[in-house]
Amino acid sequence: MTGLTLFTLMIGGYVGGALAACLFARGALARWLAGVGAITGGAAALALGGGRLIDWDSASFTRIELMGKTSIAGSLQGAGVVLIAHPLSAFFLAVVGAIAIPAALYSIGYARDWEGRRSLRTPGVMLNLFLLSMSLVPLAESIFWFVLFWEGMAISSYLLVMTEADEPETVSAGNWYLGMTQFGLGFILAAFFLLLPPDGSGDFTALAKHAATLSPGLKSLVFVLALVGFGAKAGLVPLHVWLPSAHPAAPSHVSALMSGVMIKLGVYGVLLFGLRLLGGGPAWWGGLVLALGAVSALLGVLYALMEHDLKRLLAYHSIENIGIIFIGVGAGLMFLSYGLPALAVLGFVGGLYHTINHACFKGLLFLGAGSVLHATHTRNMEEMGGLIKRMPRTALFFLVGAAAISALPPLNGFVSEWVVFQALLGGATIPKREVAVLMPVAVAMLALASGLAAACFVKAFGITFLGIARSHEAEQAHEVPASMQVAMAALALACVVLGAAAYAMVPALARVVGGLAGLPPASAVTVGWSLGMPLSAPGAVGQISPLSILLGLVVLLAAIPMALWLFRASRALRVSDTWGCGRIAQTPRMQYTAAAFAEPLRRIFAALYRPTEDVSIDFHPESRYFVQSIAYRAHIVPWFERYLYDPVIDRVIAWAARVRAIQSGSLHAYLTYLVAALVIMLGLLMLWGS
Amino acid sequence: MPLRTGYAVAIAQTALALLLAPGLVGLIRWLKARLQNRRGAPVWQPYLELRKLFAKEVVVSSNASWLFRAAPFVVFASTVAVAFLVPVLAVPLPFDSVGDLLVVVYLLLLGTFFLALAGLDPGSAFGGMGSSREMTVAALSEPTVALAIFALALGAGSTNLGQIVARTMADPAAAVSPGYLLAFGALFVVTLAENGRLPVDNPATHLELTMIHEAMILEYSGRYLALIEWSAWLKVLLFFSLLGNLFVPWGVATVLTWAALGWALATLLAKLVVLAVALAVFETRVAKLRLFRVPELLAVSFVLAVLAITVSFLVR
Repeated sequence: MTGLTLFTLMIGGYVGGALAACLFARGALARWLAGVGAITGGAAALALGGGRLIDWDSASFTRIELMGKTSIAGSLQGAGVVLIAHPLSAFFLAVVGAIAIPAALYSIGYARDWEGRRSLRTPGVMLNLFLLSMSLVPLAESIFWFVLFWEGMAISSYLLVMTEADEPETVSAGNWYLGMTQFGLGFILAAFFLLLPPDGSGDFTALAKHAATLSPGLKSLVFVLALVGFGAKAGLVPLHVWLPSAHPAAPSHVSALMSGVMIKLGVYGVLLFGLRLLGGGPAWWGGLVLALGAVSALLGVLYALMEHDLKRLLAYHSIENIGIIFIGVGAGLMFLSYGLPALAVLGFVGGLYHTINHACFKGLLFLGAGSVLHATHTRNMEEMGGLIKRMPRTALFFLVGAAAISALPPLNGFVSEWVVFQALLGGATIPKREVAVLMPVAVAMLALASGLAAACFVKAFGITFLGIARSHEAEQAHEVPASMQVAMAALALACVVLGAAAYAMVPALARVVGGLAGLPPASAVTVGWSLGMPLSAPGAVGQISPLSILLGLVVLLAAIPMALWLFRASRALRVSDTWGCGRIAQTPRMQYTAAAFAEPLRRIFAALYRPTEDVSIDFHPESRYFVQSIAYRAHIVPWFERYLYDPVIDRVIAWAARVRAIQSGSLHAYLTYLVAALVIMLGLLMLWGS
Repeated sequence: MPLRTGYAVAIAQTALALLLAPGLVGLIRWLKARLQNRRGAPVWQPYLELRKLFAKEVVVSSNASWLFRAAPFVVFASTVAVAFLVPVLAVPLPFDSVGDLLVVVYLLLLGTFFLALAGLDPGSAFGGMGSSREMTVAALSEPTVALAIFALALGAGSTNLGQIVARTMADPAAAVSPGYLLAFGALFVVTLAENGRLPVDNPATHLELTMIHEAMILEYSGRYLALIEWSAWLKVLLFFSLLGNLFVPWGVATVLTWAALGWALATLLAKLVVLAVALAVFETRVAKLRLFRVPELLAVSFVLAVLAITVSFLVR
């Protein structure tokens, strides 16, 4: 199939799915048609992007200008959507497609819950439009189309977040999301317009050419503007505030897409500006990205630990993983400016590898959380427990995702974190010693973040799936429909395969950034195969063999029971009660809770959390030695919200109240304002024009 | 066939580590008993414990799921996998390129992860308490481990264990450089924390409110408990081998001849005994820290590791 055929299939799939959802607003047919349309589109996107990544020189993938030159308002010329313009675009397109397929499949089963309660039209249409715009963002080759698709993505995802708008929490989450995404868009637009060449061509190649002539100061300004704009979409601290509320509010397959894919397009934006348009810059760009990444990684996981809402916990982990991705990207940018191209490739490869890995395991975890929500109708972990017995398959898939995100070998999360670690270890070779000596700080922060992530997922999996059911709903839970299980199984398999296939992934990803901004060309990166099958990424100081680790663990797991049988260990087994210190009846209330599990870390990091605790004890009226009831309430307000956003919001509201004075409600007054504004604008134009 | 010999030696040294591990822990217990004016159980007591546990029936909680039964196998498999990667007798072995120090650390974390989950599975309060504390300590010791690896990699130019050993042997002065010594101190504290030794955790206690590791595995019995105990002992031996062979690599065989391997075995035993004495004396001298003082101890080891790296940079 040629690129154009696949492209047409992709557009056709999404648009067809949206139309079908429009026509059949309810019933199984609507669910299936919308889902199948999205799956078709996703599969075509994966084939288009993945095909380009694997089959580099194929003649079928040529540059096709789809819409030709479009003139907008006379000054901006969009060059149209260019099919497969760059490997960087192809990679992100493949990521969108790879997660779109399971998410759409999952939505078929998930939407059954809505039948009879609400129309399926908006979710079905918006899901397809969301996927369509996300697939087209990396393909856009000019400012106009990029911003158009970027906004399409923002608006469709906003409407998806608002699916369950009858809950006040959702409305607030939607407002935060809309506010932050428009805030980011302002910065992105400013960055684009500073790069605009005099002839007004918005084509990316023209922008890159023009950027080369700009002064270093202006370039830096453009980069910082782009970093703020795309960082807001990616969820970098401190621009992440919308993420922990918006992702959980959305339906779970949409959460999977938002966390798995949408925020990654923020990474794409930073790479687009940093490498393609600006062609690298001074070392502090990379240092800034790396520092923001390290802070995001650590703060993301620390706040995740304190969450008892399963989906909010996962959302905070997205902040952590975006941080890890930005650590890799930042390290790459730094090495590039110090003239260490091999290490730079390693940093970028680590970031990109973690991008696809995080898309897989976070997609999987959100789908798993959605299944739990589907079965128990709650997101509160304190009301779950024992689900592994009622939902064995969901539990197994969630466990794979939890192990992958905790960077446990041999799964994919470990391999990409290893690459990032190797890049940071290479930081010791930075010629500037005072910079090199700071690299260990990043290493330590990354290590602490991954250790805390493991602790957090012991809590998330252990409290949700293990032990005894803590509520009636958890006791009555049931396994989810087959379509949802298949979607999770596919992603779980991807987590295993992406880890084992490191040999193929590392060179492919090195080619994604190959040739950009002075990085070595694609052909320069090779990874050798040998009998021991070590993976020695270019520039890395160590070697590992993920496939051998996987096989070795499987062999050992098979060998141990055989050895036990061979040495005639006892095989007797008796089932009995859990030991309860002599108490006979065990109740779910005796178990550790999520709050209790995280308590040691809450105390250790109390300076950061600043928890407010509230203990009220009801004594017996006769004697203070008898307690009737104890109520304990602990609350944590993340300090960004308290110290960074609340003052700004208060200021804005105060300002708005003042502006309200001119809002008289009279049409005549508004017409006067219009004329006055026009006159002022014309006056300014005359001043500047001369 | 040197490659085939290499594999044979790798398998042999893993088997040796498995066989020696109970004896090492028995020796530490015996030394501690003598230092505390007790007679103590014989050094081979752990072997008898293993034999007893393997012959006993398993009692499983009615709340437990398949994960509780799978966890001991995962823990044992991951620890044995680590034994293949750690240079116990000889370097470089063919498995050296399979995993580096980071793989060793994260494979051990894999075991801890499953054990902590298994602690939550039976729904007992003790299990949850142990899991929570174990994961807290494991997470907080992670930065120190990473920095110690950084310091070693800085000196050796590689994170692979065989390379680090080979480099130190080629340049003996490196072993007494301040960077290496500080990194050794940092890793020693981590060894205490990761293996649940005093002052972080007391391996001999079953006092409800102070135990960490023992609380987590409280529900285990029979062959499951045997597997968990054995892998915990193996972990002690592997950490000792790392401390002994990474920082004082003399004696490690670099050629696969009987004489070299025999000498390697003798030096290994000597190093293990020295470290066992050091640990026994240390554990007799210190008292267990309160749980919320443990982060301070880990912070000390972290500072040691930071100093190790800074020094390595300065003297480079």
